[in-house]
Amino acid sequence: MTGITSLGAYIPTYRLNKEEIGRMWKAKGGAGEKAIAGYDEDAVTMAVTAAVDCAKKGKTANGLYFATTSAPYKEKQSAAIIAAAIDLDKTCRTAEFANSLRAGTSAMMAAMDTVASGSAEEVMVVASDCRIGAPKGRFEQLLGDGAAAFMIGSKDLIATIEGTYSITSDFTDVWRMQEDTFPQAAEARFVVEAGYVPTMKEAVSGLLTKYSLTPADFSKIVFPATDAREHADMAKALGFDKSHVQDPLFSQIGNTGAAAAMIMLVAAIEEANPGDRILFANYGDGCDAFIFRVVKGVLGFTMKDRMAEKVSIDYGTYLAWRGLVPTEPPAFPPRADPSFAARWRERSSVTTLKGFKCRKCGTPQIHTIAQGVRICIACQTKDEFDIYNFADKPAKLFTYAVDILQPTKNPPGVNGVIDFDGGGRLVCELTDCNIDKVKVGMPLEMTFRKMSQSKGTVNYFWKAKPILGANSPYRPSKRS
Amino acid sequence: MESIKDKVAIVGMGCTRFGERWDMGVGDLLVEAAYEAFEDAGIGPKDVQAAWLGTVFSGVSALAASGLGLQYIPITRVENMCATGSEALRAASYAVAAGVYDIALAIGVEKLKDSGYTGVPGPAILGDNPDGSTGVGSGYSAPASFAYLGTRYFDHYNIDRDEGKKMLAQIAVKNHQHGSLNPKAHFHNIITVEQAVKAPIVAWPLGLFDCCGVSDGAAAAIVVRADMAKNFKSNPIYIKGLAISAGARQGAMTQGYDYVHIEENVRAAQQVYAEAGIKNPRKEISCAEVHDCFSTHELVVYEDLGFSPRGRAKEDIEAGTFTLQGELPVNTDGGLKCFGHPLGASGLRMVYEMYLQLQGKAGQRQVKNPRLALTHNLGGGPGGGIGCCVVIGNEKG
Repeated sequence: MTGITSLGAYIPTYRLNKEEIGRMWKAKGGAGEKAIAGYDEDAVTMAVTAAVDCAKKGKTANGLYFATTSAPYKEKQSAAIIAAAIDLDKTCRTAEFANSLRAGTSAMMAAMDTVASGSAEEVMVVASDCRIGAPKGRFEQLLGDGAAAFMIGSKDLIATIEGTYSITSDFTDVWRMQEDTFPQAAEARFVVEAGYVPTMKEAVSGLLTKYSLTPADFSKIVFPATDAREHADMAKALGFDKSHVQDPLFSQIGNTGAAAAMIMLVAAIEEANPGDRILFANYGDGCDAFIFRVVKGVLGFTMKDRMAEKVSIDYGTYLAWRGLVPTEPPAFPPRADPSFAARWRERSSVTTLKGFKCRKCGTPQIHTIAQGVRICIACQTKDEFDIYNFADKPAKLFTYAVDILQPTKNPPGVNGVIDFDGGGRLVCELTDCNIDKVKVGMPLEMTFRKMSQSKGTVNYFWKAKPILGANSPYRPSKRS
Repeated sequence: MESIKDKVAIVGMGCTRFGERWDMGVGDLLVEAAYEAFEDAGIGPKDVQAAWLGTVFSGVSALAASGLGLQYIPITRVENMCATGSEALRAASYAVAAGVYDIALAIGVEKLKDSGYTGVPGPAILGDNPDGSTGVGSGYSAPASFAYLGTRYFDHYNIDRDEGKKMLAQIAVKNHQHGSLNPKAHFHNIITVEQAVKAPIVAWPLGLFDCCGVSDGAAAAIVVRADMAKNFKSNPIYIKGLAISAGARQGAMTQGYDYVHIEENVRAAQQVYAEAGIKNPRKEISCAEVHDCFSTHELVVYEDLGFSPRGRAKEDIEAGTFTLQGELPVNTDGGLKCFGHPLGASGLRMVYEMYLQLQGKAGQRQVKNPRLALTHNLGGGPGGGIGCCVVIGNEKG
């Protein structure tokens, strides 16, 4: 039996209130708010954080399937970046499932088959999306950012997959051409009446018929929709009572695209009791439907915890972060592009934040600008190191600087000297922190982020961020 | 290992007015500094047998000195970050001490204001990028890297924010007071503690007045064998010690470093005191020019150089120890604060002021009966830098 052995999710810290969008356009804003990837985040960085959340529970994967419609590259695999960042073995299989809001479940079904066939013991499926709605449009109100991750395996399951049913439909409802920044959509009623409703109904009834089940056999149904009204109407059409419908989180995080149903599934399983049966259907160019049976409870973070630390941003900040308005270039001189050769050479430090631990004196060390270490900085021993992972080590802020001059899309820049628990120090950028609450000694964790764009590529590295407790005071301050 | 002490003498020096010299190119600045030095030494350009040119950004190789029009003599460009000007003096002095040349020119220049922005560009550290060839640095500014010192110093010594800001402000106030007496300084304005404390923050706790200026400038020294110094002038100034200590980023990579001192400064000071035979720097040094790129740095330099005991610089600042009238005047010419920091020129500009002081030619800024004077630079910053100290004196022995 295959199923889910571990799961995780990531909701970015920032929120854009729908009234704030309405205020901008002198229109009625929708209800609630939507989650916004920070200025240094994208589908890949959010996927890494969700994958870390999933892998934290002591899991490692033999494969990684990444689902998104907003990969930073049209050509170059994001799954390989994510696999490297979370330090999967190079023999792991990676693949991208793209171009459809159904990509997450396509990846999940492929992972099931990979595991069932014995090709891999465990495959991680990560879905992450960061779609931008055209300013002033319906999608600007609706679309949010987020990521979810599942480990698919066959042993020690949290939830088993008891059945699946899929249909494919060549239906043009939402699309982006190669050159498009924003999704386009066909007429809303046409989309619902000719596409979404009949396709979902066909898949769900196909699943129920195939396994001789009725809605009464399920404690929860999890499915996506474009917006809250369509979601509510669909639940009714499928014959499910409101109380058995998983909250789509539209008013908290928005519609997170290819990640939306996957995030909802994480929440559903985390909230479920052992023995619960969950009907999961994901829509986009057809529909994938699943029956999950929850085997045991999940300990750890809940979706509510993940959404607890949030900071509202204003519309101008949102536009600047997404690059939707040109802004004045920094007063600093432009910096030379990083070297592809240097980044490849030092990939273990750059992508995985691995350093070195001296076999003679035991000092863990990593070069601040990610150069290799050949000579121990503490005892001068040459070439006698064990590789040492810093990415998973908590740290404390030793000293810091809030920098008005630093070129950043989220001024002022915050930088710190951070001391890792267990040894080692790094001078690095801090992110997602409230500058008024930054203080010497505060606990930090490492997070994979974008540093800058160069030569048309993304320059990813690690930053430190405050460790968020349920009542952590270290939230980013509202910037005006 | 022999000491450089009393083997080499400075017999001529020149220094341009520092500032936004829009109408002056690299060549103009070099000529202005060099010809003042030639005149001071009583020599002409044809007497110079070899030259060392310090610059970080204003040209590469010997051709950067082409504006001087020297005729086929050996010229070498040197670079040691913010200690570049001092490095030129070291190189020229060692060549003369080795007996290879009798008369050498050390000159430093930086033309920062052609770049079109305010601030010193981050020099390329490994590869062609200030963030390293991997490009993973956050691109934080120079003030930020020295803000680390202030934040940690306040925390380490339990100084509250207001008190700490006031302490730093007094350093800037002193340097502006000194700069107001110096026609060659970029800034001549006197400021108050209140002004400095209330100035816009650049990188907490550093406000505008905690940061040095950005300017163009050049300075030059003629160095000769000490035994022939009196042939040039009656009051030559002798090199007593030249020291450099280069860090390997130990402080930025290991937890031992406290960010309330600069190890490279301490090591360079120890070397230079040993070479110059100085046992008690606070008593024996008459005046000093130190690297006040940011007021947090001048603060820790007092302690690194042994002018103040660890953690006690605040008391000396408040007692006025480092003012012109104080026990050990520091940055008598106004410092980097009022001169700005054209990297290649700064080290030699500092030596120029100490040279004037030791010859009794510092005018309104003159300290009483100086004997030994120190200059100090730090390249890089806390966690990994180049500490540099020079001691000069007006008597042999």
